[in-house]
Amino acid sequence: MTRNKLEDYEPIVGRNVIDDLRLLAEKLKDRVIQHVNSTSVGGGVAEILNRMIPLFQDLGVDCRWDVIKGGEAFFNVTKKFHNALHGRPENLERKDFDIFLETSEQNIRQMDIYGDILFIHDPQPVALIRKKKDNKWIWRCHVDVSDPLPEVWAFISGFLGRYDAAVFSAPGFSQKLPLRQFLISPSIDPLSEKNKEIPEKTVDEVMAKYKVPRDKPIVTQISRFDRLKDPVGVIETYRLVKKYSDCRLILAGGTATDDPEGAAVLKEVMEKAAGDPDIHILLMSQNDLEINAIQRASTVILQKSIREGFGLTVAEALWKAKPVVASNVGGIPLQIRHKYSGLLCHSVEGAAFSVKQLLNSPEYADKIGVNGREHIRNNFLLTRHLRDYMLLFLALYHPENVVYL
Amino acid sequence: MNRAVQSIKTPFRFFTRLHLTELTGLKAASLVELARLIREVPGSSIYHHTHRFLQQHLYLSPEPPNDFAYWTTGVLGEERLGEILASIDTMQFKDIRSLREKISETLEDYVNAHPKVSLKFADPGEEFHFMKSVSFVLPTSHSAASLEDFTDILGKITIDSIYYHIFEARLRLEKPTNDFSLWLEQSCGRPELANEIGRLDPYTRTMEGLRKALLDILRKGIAK
Repeated sequence: MTRNKLEDYEPIVGRNVIDDLRLLAEKLKDRVIQHVNSTSVGGGVAEILNRMIPLFQDLGVDCRWDVIKGGEAFFNVTKKFHNALHGRPENLERKDFDIFLETSEQNIRQMDIYGDILFIHDPQPVALIRKKKDNKWIWRCHVDVSDPLPEVWAFISGFLGRYDAAVFSAPGFSQKLPLRQFLISPSIDPLSEKNKEIPEKTVDEVMAKYKVPRDKPIVTQISRFDRLKDPVGVIETYRLVKKYSDCRLILAGGTATDDPEGAAVLKEVMEKAAGDPDIHILLMSQNDLEINAIQRASTVILQKSIREGFGLTVAEALWKAKPVVASNVGGIPLQIRHKYSGLLCHSVEGAAFSVKQLLNSPEYADKIGVNGREHIRNNFLLTRHLRDYMLLFLALYHPENVVYL
Repeated sequence: MNRAVQSIKTPFRFFTRLHLTELTGLKAASLVELARLIREVPGSSIYHHTHRFLQQHLYLSPEPPNDFAYWTTGVLGEERLGEILASIDTMQFKDIRSLREKISETLEDYVNAHPKVSLKFADPGEEFHFMKSVSFVLPTSHSAASLEDFTDILGKITIDSIYYHIFEARLRLEKPTNDFSLWLEQSCGRPELANEIGRLDPYTRTMEGLRKALLDILRKGIAK
């Protein structure tokens, strides 16, 4: 991963935003921030920490990162917790909770807690709170906990009472808790492979590689083959659109070899798409530059999810000034103000109507694409995320609603 | 030496305001719940929901900066009520308490006049979630000792700084008018400019549109 410097962001967000970050960093120069999560590679949390920590260091904020240890049994249990917090039924037994507590106990014994502020990510390290002394502790929940299984939520929230603050990604994830809760949305990095500006030639090459002609408008959904992303609904949407507007459909996502359900969904999608040469099902290995190119080649981007944690693929598309039609779920309505920075939908028919509108009114599509890009620039770039985290750290020492720094 | 420089008593120090959103865990699925919670939540929550739009959507055309109106129209489909809530004239309220009272009364009057609306509920996931703003006020490095300096700085200062001196100072910090008008009148000896800026309705402009309107007034004032 390329390590960018803070100054690299100045042409994108402006000098004032960088100056504000420096002002805030100055107020934190004597604090040590210790992040703790469960993995240093793979997954969204590790990715964001890998990007953020060098930038914090650039700012002069002493930000470090530790990882808890755990065996296969522990991570099998925490995977079940993860699903249960998302509201999926899971068969949890007493021994699952015991495994969690035993591994937590080992980490409590072994981990060096040195931070003035402990930033604990997700449920895996939540029990470390037992090492709290006179420092501040934050629990950062990256999971959609709007409708968790009560048994697991009761277990996890039992650790939260001693934390100083919790952070959620969307308003709907907030729960009644005996501590301060903050809303901090995730972000995209405009300089990453997935989002940086790329030459049109690269876009052409990628489309040629996947044999998708650019002869007619392209409607695209980027997501793994998962029922919660409703890929079958996307094909139904396309068919309703296709009756009136000639176009191609791209469904692009990761391979699903390790996920039996994913393979079944992919099979359904292939069957549904069979016989239509204008539907392109692209099974891709992780390749951010190619995703970037496909998004840029698209006329309209769809995100017809049934459920979303935050749905950063929407922010990625909007950042490329693409008009987006997306379901009104999870963090998507934070990114799309209906009819201003995209179109929200609740059904296949609604999604199809919106796609037709955008294909038939290119000026309107351009306008909401531009609005969408500005909305992302102001609210969902990495620099805003850095700012919110620094404000959060400062809020731990200031209970008041108006803080004079 | 020109008139503006001569009359300055105290330089204007520009501050900026950054904000963090705090969640309350409270949500409403109906108008009755919304009205009840509007009376109960902290003032900083009312402030958040009547001002958030200005900052998050500062590039869009002027839009009712009011989450209550947006939710009532967009989720419950009560367009008439949404229009009434959106057109509440925030400028005429001196503090959050009186603004809260007006919003509450508007909702309660509407529910009393249209009892059937109390049977409407938002779908799960589309409830109104109450949040509040935590403001962090910081001094910037900019200070103006003349009307010309002030105008130059206003042209390049962050939108957050303009927001702080125009919106936050008046309604949240309960000053009699915005900071710019106070300084123009008290330190700069230019009451006519203070009045003109005080009469602007900043809620019906984009933030960049507001900056332009302020600069137009000030440049005309300098030229006089």
